Amino acid sequence: MVWVNDIIQGVLTGGLYALFACGLSLMFGVMKVVNLAHGDLAIIGGYVALGVIAVTHIPVLWSFVVVVPIMAVLGYALQRIVIQAALDRGALTTLIVTFGLSVVIEAGLLQFINANSHSLGVGNAIITSSFSVGSQIQIAYLLLLIFVVAVVVLLGLQYFLSASKYGRMIRAVADDREAAQLSGVDYRHVFGIAAAIAFGTVALAGIGYGMYSQFAPTTGTDTILLFAFAAVVIGGLGSLWGTLLGGVVLGVAQQIGAQINISDEVLAGYLVFLAVLILRPQGLTTRRAQS
Amino acid sequence: MTEPERRAGDAPLLQVRDLTVHHGQLRALDGISLRVLPGEVYAIIGANGAGKLTLLRTIAGLHAPTAGSILLDGRDVTKVRPERRATAGIAMVPEGRRLFGSLTVEENLLVGGTYARKGPWNTERVYEMFGWMKDRRSQRTAQLSGGEQQAVAIGRALVANPRVLLLDELSLGLAPVVVQRIYGMMPQILATGLTVLLVEQDVSQALQVATRIQCLLEGHTTLEGRPSDVTAEQVEAAYFGLGSPSPGSPPAGGPRGYGGAGLGGVAPSEGKEAP
Amino acid sequence: MSEPERHGAAGTENPSEPERRLKAPRRRAGSRVTRSRRNVAWTGIGALVVVVVLALFPYLVYAGTTTIMVQGFIVLTLACMWNLLAGYAGLVSVGQQAFVGLGAYFVLILALHGISPFAALPVAAIGCGVAALPLWWLVSRLRSGYFAIATWVLAATVMLIIEKFSSIGGGTGMPLPGLSGYDPTLLTADTYWAGLAVTVIALAATYLVLRGRLGLVLTAIRDDEVAARSSGVRVGLARMLVFVIAGIGCGAAGALLAISQLQVQPTSVFSVQWTAEMAFAVIIGGIGTIEGPILGTIVYMVLQQTLQSYNAWYLIILGLVAIVIALFARRGLWGLADDHLHIRLFPVGYWLWAPDSRGRRGLGLRRTGRHS
Repeated sequence: MVWVNDIIQGVLTGGLYALFACGLSLMFGVMKVVNLAHGDLAIIGGYVALGVIAVTHIPVLWSFVVVVPIMAVLGYALQRIVIQAALDRGALTTLIVTFGLSVVIEAGLLQFINANSHSLGVGNAIITSSFSVGSQIQIAYLLLLIFVVAVVVLLGLQYFLSASKYGRMIRAVADDREAAQLSGVDYRHVFGIAAAIAFGTVALAGIGYGMYSQFAPTTGTDTILLFAFAAVVIGGLGSLWGTLLGGVVLGVAQQIGAQINISDEVLAGYLVFLAVLILRPQGLTTRRAQS
Repeated sequence: MTEPERRAGDAPLLQVRDLTVHHGQLRALDGISLRVLPGEVYAIIGANGAGKLTLLRTIAGLHAPTAGSILLDGRDVTKVRPERRATAGIAMVPEGRRLFGSLTVEENLLVGGTYARKGPWNTERVYEMFGWMKDRRSQRTAQLSGGEQQAVAIGRALVANPRVLLLDELSLGLAPVVVQRIYGMMPQILATGLTVLLVEQDVSQALQVATRIQCLLEGHTTLEGRPSDVTAEQVEAAYFGLGSPSPGSPPAGGPRGYGGAGLGGVAPSEGKEAP
Repeated sequence: MSEPERHGAAGTENPSEPERRLKAPRRRAGSRVTRSRRNVAWTGIGALVVVVVLALFPYLVYAGTTTIMVQGFIVLTLACMWNLLAGYAGLVSVGQQAFVGLGAYFVLILALHGISPFAALPVAAIGCGVAALPLWWLVSRLRSGYFAIATWVLAATVMLIIEKFSSIGGGTGMPLPGLSGYDPTLLTADTYWAGLAVTVIALAATYLVLRGRLGLVLTAIRDDEVAARSSGVRVGLARMLVFVIAGIGCGAAGALLAISQLQVQPTSVFSVQWTAEMAFAVIIGGIGTIEGPILGTIVYMVLQQTLQSYNAWYLIILGLVAIVIALFARRGLWGLADDHLHIRLFPVGYWLWAPDSRGRRGLGLRRTGRHS
């Protein structure tokens, strides 16, 4: 059945979507920040990778080693300096500021680089090829690799949140910021850590996307942002595995849509997103309705 | 209790001077002062709206005063951020417990101890004090009863090894027998060298456990002194703002504030008040 | 508290009650409540003069200028609407481009059926207002961030659905029929006047809404939603009305866009850039005031025209300025002016005058119906 192949493609793509989304989920869950610039950050990760590769000639597959820490530090700084200031002034200001950042980033990329699409060409011949399972199923090694990386990152993040000191602090601050302060926890620092993680993971996802597909300055808002939000909302806030589930549901919905009509791929995803937003905004994994 | 008497010459561990605090345009505290000596149990009583909650939150750093100062062991901490005050030795058990609901009992204690000072308190010691806690340490705190949550909240504050423990309305929402049991822990807590400043709606409980009390009414102090030195009538008068001045109250002839004549219409509420 | 100082007096009283009560304060004999500080007859005359002068523009200036003015009218109308949504109803929408696009496509569809685009403009606006109802039903229960994202997704979805219909241009768009016989100079002038009309109506409508009961209700909601609800204010209804009005306004702007560009392309009319422009104009000018969007649009147009040749620069600067203003001057440029000069061109608030004060200066007592 052709459908099985599509489901598998959808599941694997879902891994990438989940990787995009986990940072968004973290920032929203911990700080209540809807980061409208999130998609653009992934693209910045891609461009930074291009730059790093051009300068250091590091193999594409290893570019993340340099790029992710850079983005994490950038995330901490941006959070402490700009986003915290916006948070202190209210939800409207935060939306405006992140939206503004998104516009400035895209316009900046257009201005200082160009409007063309770029790609992170992976030189390795094996990675860019695919293998077959049976006669109907074809899986690209790269996509499989991205999926595995996504799952590993999510596992790591889950472990970090549940078992480490900082993970506990992040969860505590998310539960009750003031009570955390009373225990000596500086929530601004914790927010910074959460942002650093978000920026790092989304940059990693951006690199993966760049290897698998192409990106341009506006890809962040054209494609990535809404997909990331879709994964978070469909899966349900507060659960990383929910985000993975959300990503997978989105990916599969898109593949099914593409089957119905090749140009309906993205539309199918949006329709599922809207359906969940309207019928069950708390997502598939959360029990209680969110406010 | 005789300890505070012996240490009468000690400098106060916690001092509040002429503290004035506003909530927007409402003046919640008007020139409040107090001194808590090391090893004391200092109780603040007063009806709702008297400013007790504001006082504790301001001391903990969650609210900025309009005027006045707060000193911890002689050091001015008025402008210090709440998390820094916590590491400096002020630990608050907030009204309503405010535990981290999605975390387990043990995790709550661990968070409390993240920036702990050196001292006798740790999670094991807390488990010892509350016998039931160790067995339930992997349970999420949202599933505990009110009294159990209160115990965890106290434990969370203790593991930081504070010098001053601020207790905010411990009795709120709890059955009297539970409240008794919790206050019964006070000697154990004091024995480790802590000083306690507590706010309490339950006047009789406060009088039982405190070394000194202070009564607030509409942001002013109406009574100060040792429980042994004040009569029930004086406490009642100070609490409700009735009649003639009592020893320790400001000389200006009774409480001032909104509503003028002293009958501020401040009635006590029956225990389980919403914050 | 004396009646005149109370915010949001709307509630279970009948519609004329708040006005009546406010005009007869009981506290101090002889104190008055007026709608404005200075005599606004001057502002009214001034506005009329401005409109008349603007109407004469096609006779006075080059076609290039009027075309730019039309762009300004579009942005100003959009800014007005976004201001109503975000500044008064608390609805931060990042998806108003849905109505811009729908307005444009309504005109296109009607033009394809032989109706003149100019005649189609008001129909398109109303049509968008009607379309706003089901869209509101879809997103009304969502809050803040979720609401914003939902509006964005809705807009993207609407675009994708429209792109499926090749009869109206599909994914590439198509030219706008029905204007080919038009004399070019006349077309430019008519487009300009249509734009002026749309903008004046949008501003007037905003002013009337805010000055009237809905404005009072919105201020009440903004100040304290829970209190407003318990006073009987129908919060959901008020927000829905604002959403519909904004839909009409953005739809009109979209119709105007179609007419001025003589073509309708989905990626252009449904672009999220429209939201960026209207939001930034409002933020920079001053959110929550009527004067703000006007000032913001002027700033936007100036920036756009001067940096025209530098491609994306004007967006970069616009975005950065908006961020800085949102963080450091929350009431925008107009708010800064207001702080120092105490001007209000559009009297939508109330002023309380002490019994023995005369007209002009006033006590500087802050009025109700304001926003910070």
